[in-house]
Amino acid sequence: MSKRKAAYASKIKRATHMLFYKRHAKPGVKGWELRKTLGSDYPKVLKILDDYLKGLDLQVKTVFEEEVQTEKPTSDQLDKARFFIALRGELTPKEAKMIGWRVDDLAGLAIAIGYIISKKGKAPRKDVEELLREKLPGWKVGLNVDRYIRYGYITEDENEQLYLDWRTRAEVDQKALIDLLLRTEA
Amino acid sequence: MQSKKEQEKLGREKLQRIIETCRSIEGRSLDPFLIDINENIGTVKKYFPEWKIPEDLCLDAETIHRLASIIKLQSEWVQHRSTSLYTDPFLLEDKLRRIEKIEMIKTFVKAWRPIIELEQISVHSLAEALRYWESLLPIEERWKEIAPTEVGLGVASREQLVNERILGDKAFSEELENFWQGLKNQVIEKGGEAKILYWDFIGAETYEETVYRAFMTSFLVTYGYATLEVHPLEEEMFIVPYEKPTEKTATKQLVSIPIAVSREDWQKWKKGELN
Repeated sequence: MSKRKAAYASKIKRATHMLFYKRHAKPGVKGWELRKTLGSDYPKVLKILDDYLKGLDLQVKTVFEEEVQTEKPTSDQLDKARFFIALRGELTPKEAKMIGWRVDDLAGLAIAIGYIISKKGKAPRKDVEELLREKLPGWKVGLNVDRYIRYGYITEDENEQLYLDWRTRAEVDQKALIDLLLRTEA
Repeated sequence: MQSKKEQEKLGREKLQRIIETCRSIEGRSLDPFLIDINENIGTVKKYFPEWKIPEDLCLDAETIHRLASIIKLQSEWVQHRSTSLYTDPFLLEDKLRRIEKIEMIKTFVKAWRPIIELEQISVHSLAEALRYWESLLPIEERWKEIAPTEVGLGVASREQLVNERILGDKAFSEELENFWQGLKNQVIEKGGEAKILYWDFIGAETYEETVYRAFMTSFLVTYGYATLEVHPLEEEMFIVPYEKPTEKTATKQLVSIPIAVSREDWQKWKKGELN
């Protein structure tokens, strides 16, 4: 193995450790942390790792600080971005249950996200709770919304308005969700 | 024809209504095009010459500010409609209300790519933990310093509790009645008006005693034994005792008056420099 290849192999291992293991309260690693450990060519390391993960149905996902994803990010934007390992393909509802989500809770999350998107990214908490109450037991609704906030899917401001948070931006393809929802025959 | 006053009143009401409408549109994420900006600007313009006092001018400014926020929302709304994410919100909301739980999950998992994360101990963290364990003192050594001393149980008399200042030597209501009597006597001794300057009443030889008297005075006022008379322009405050304790009713808005009784103020009062 050439010296260059060996160096990259070692960097890929380190990147894997950093990305797979939870280091902070929030999952994922900031770009500047990766640069510090792997060097300035970390985007290239991540690209190789991403290609390697394809076969395992996983991917390296980037979430930028700004809500709009950038086509050609600058090094500053990359440094501030958060990198994760996420699933590449789809889960089946059965698999979703296996990773710790109850059917009710997941449906509630989907409804909450869908409703906030329909309201242009901002909706009063009481409206979201009212919608959830149609299908979930009343006592559970508030607890579920708090849980979605705690996990980082949604966030709440001081006026009790709900917004989509970093985890929704990282995990949910909003455009695909809306298209799929509109295509369903309810 | 409407009088000038009626015209002003009507104008104020109209501006208030515009502000409220703008607020509800902002707060409830409603369609910002529900509001007719031109018509509302016309209303603001119409009444602007009527405003003379600062409160009315502030109301006018607040209305303009709210309308500007709605214009900003309208611009964002147009921007959002032109993006690929735009779908008719009502159609989407209707779908969300009608969709079955399991159908919703099936749809969601097609667009959901959950993050993979592992919380697992590593060789490195195990080594760290072992190092910490080795340097950790045995629990008996660590807890030695804070071990509580054994205290035997006993009986304390009322006098002892009074001496320890856990109990007062009189019941509070009795103490308050005596204090009220003291206030009335002082006012009578002073003669003239049936009131006394606040500091002349609470001021005592020591600062501690002064604070105690201020504390008791606050209860006199709260429980309707006396009232405060404040003259803001003269910066004077009097305490006026009632002949009989009054029962406060909720016919009038009650206000709290915070009064600082600092050591500096007490020293000034002692030197006769404070009212």
